[in-house]
Amino acid sequence: MISFLAILIDGLIYSSWLFIIAAGLTLIYGVMKILNIAHGSLYALGAYTAASLSGLWLSMGFAPIGSFVIMLLSAILVGIILGPIIERGLLRFMYGRDEIVLVLVTYALFLILEDVIKLIWGVNPYYLYQPYALLGSFEILGLTYPNYNFLLLGSAVFTGLSLTWFLQKTQQGKILIAVIHDSEIAAAQGINVEKFYLITFTLGATLAALGGVLTAPMISVQPGIGAETIVLAFAVVVVGGLGSLPGAALAALVIGLVRAGTVHIIPELDLFSVYLVMATVLIFRPKGLFSSQEERKI
Amino acid sequence: MKRLVNTFVLITMILIFCPKCLSEEPPLRIGFVSFLSGPASSDYGIPARNAAMAIVSSLNAGAAPNPHNMRGFSGRQIELVFIDEAGGTTKQVTEFNQLVLRHKVDFVIGYLSSANCLAIAPAAERLKVLTILMDCGSAQVFEENNYKYVFRTRSHATMDAIAGAKYLLKIFPEIENFSGINPNYAYGQESWRDWNAVMKVLAPKVESQSSHMTKLGTGHFNSEISSLLTKKSQLIHSSLWGGDLKAFLIQAKARGLFKSTRLLLVAGEPNLQKLSGFIPDGTIVGARGMSSGMLDNQSDLNMWLKSIFKKETGETASYPVYSVANAILGLKKAYEKARLSKLQKAVPMADVAGVQEGMKEAYSPPNTQQIIESFENLSYETPNGKVSMIQGNGHQAVHGTSYGVTRTLEGKVNIENILFFPAKEVQPPGNTKSLDWIRNRLPTRNP
Repeated sequence: MISFLAILIDGLIYSSWLFIIAAGLTLIYGVMKILNIAHGSLYALGAYTAASLSGLWLSMGFAPIGSFVIMLLSAILVGIILGPIIERGLLRFMYGRDEIVLVLVTYALFLILEDVIKLIWGVNPYYLYQPYALLGSFEILGLTYPNYNFLLLGSAVFTGLSLTWFLQKTQQGKILIAVIHDSEIAAAQGINVEKFYLITFTLGATLAALGGVLTAPMISVQPGIGAETIVLAFAVVVVGGLGSLPGAALAALVIGLVRAGTVHIIPELDLFSVYLVMATVLIFRPKGLFSSQEERKI
Repeated sequence: MKRLVNTFVLITMILIFCPKCLSEEPPLRIGFVSFLSGPASSDYGIPARNAAMAIVSSLNAGAAPNPHNMRGFSGRQIELVFIDEAGGTTKQVTEFNQLVLRHKVDFVIGYLSSANCLAIAPAAERLKVLTILMDCGSAQVFEENNYKYVFRTRSHATMDAIAGAKYLLKIFPEIENFSGINPNYAYGQESWRDWNAVMKVLAPKVESQSSHMTKLGTGHFNSEISSLLTKKSQLIHSSLWGGDLKAFLIQAKARGLFKSTRLLLVAGEPNLQKLSGFIPDGTIVGARGMSSGMLDNQSDLNMWLKSIFKKETGETASYPVYSVANAILGLKKAYEKARLSKLQKAVPMADVAGVQEGMKEAYSPPNTQQIIESFENLSYETPNGKVSMIQGNGHQAVHGTSYGVTRTLEGKVNIENILFFPAKEVQPPGNTKSLDWIRNRLPTRNP
């Protein structure tokens, strides 16, 4: 019983983290058809910015609870500064090219940003552990969990619901769906497609940074964290179906629960579990769980 | 007296017949590889690089105490070429080739990661470059291979398991079970394998409950901690280090893992102060040797190392600093021994007819083969005691190690109840494989 409960809670926490990062990645792919490898760097930049700014806040003796606001602002700061710079300064010149070329471009950007991180923050790790224990903890059947984990869970649910509401209930969201469906027809209808590309990339970048920000209090923020994360985010997006938000949510949930179950029951397979899920899904659904039927253009 | 006369005759002949022999020789180039980025950089790689700079600068100035007080290596200046160890084994083999073929280094010193050591050793053999592995803990390097050009001046990790188990059973003889969380690569896997093997011999009734192997740099330990909480093991064995260790401690402490479970960190001593506030009191920590934090000694060499490192960085010398000292001083000793051996051989054969050629040969720098011969089975003094190259056909160092338990006082982590284990108690003799020795011949003395 206790193991089952632990698997459930651990799986949900891990899924939440995966979903926040994968949501931005799948959104960008859905709208712009770009598999953005630099997403990992934006995640790392979020973590570094949060560690620096919140660390500064705490070292100046301000109320510790305020560090959560600083963390949120850090994600927004990274997203609204770097998102437009990358989209307007680089990616817009690549639109219309083969998807593979765009993968290579974002990979190059990933390498550049990794070095930028080292230039700015150096190679020493940063720690922002205070917020992790700040919200207290709760105990269930002898298992203690910091409430911070539920902040992560809440953020994932909020992100998923907000994006769904935006896409399905707002006029701008519906226009975005039109762009996702066919950007050429959307442009012919008078929609400023480039504006939506800019908004989408900025939103995706902010979500990547938010993932990093929320992870920073639990880990050692150091060079290389982006590379680790982008591999997992890709696994989620591929399992869910490229560009599908519900797919990303379900894939994150499945991968999170399977990984937690593996750690508890067969820990030897821990590292393999994520890729086992991916391989199994792709055998039966080569385009992922929520892949849509592709229209054949004549 | 005879030796003094020989030396006088030798120097006189050099001055008469080979004045150019005493002119300045080009500096020796050493490729130095350590983590300059990534999770192992701040606690290990960068202190190691800084230590290399401080040590080489001091050696070049002839400022080291006896027996390493000769300038450089036998008077030759030393130059360092730095390479980042991060990036994986494929990149490291490429970088190694670059060091040798492009930078034309004479020797390579470095490598913390066991995975890198295992990948680099065959490359060193292929390129015939004397390479000193300064740290990595995997016993496989010399137990599974027979290398000519590769040496390791730190003991492998088997001693951590044996000394750790002996220490544990001394202070906690009533232990009934344990679990493990280790990094999933050669070092972590061997660490856990050796630990289990030792415990089966020394305390066969103690149950091994669960093992978690985590990816390096993973960051997320929630599931592992939950699993360890549900197992309620009395002890957690871990060889985690660097950023992973701190992330684990942050998360485990917040979840109360250490309220009823004791932690044993086989490589816990390096940079212990950075774990202040997270490492629970009573944690058993191993030193992987005799570095300053645990067994400080007052030798001239130790005082020298501590002072030059402090001067270079403003920081206290830690574990990687001692690893670098072991490697550089070992190479220096082997080089100088090889050179002296050539000079000593030259004296009796210096007949008048071939004296000029004889002197040239005697005074020319030793070649790699001669240095290797000097290095094999060498015993030499280091800042943390004597290191003997007696395993792996004379290529693998052995030395003792120590264990203690932590106690934090006023924000400073102190180590108490320190026990030192001499090499012969925790290391297999000669070329015996560690696991065979543990299973078949490890003395099962009552702790």
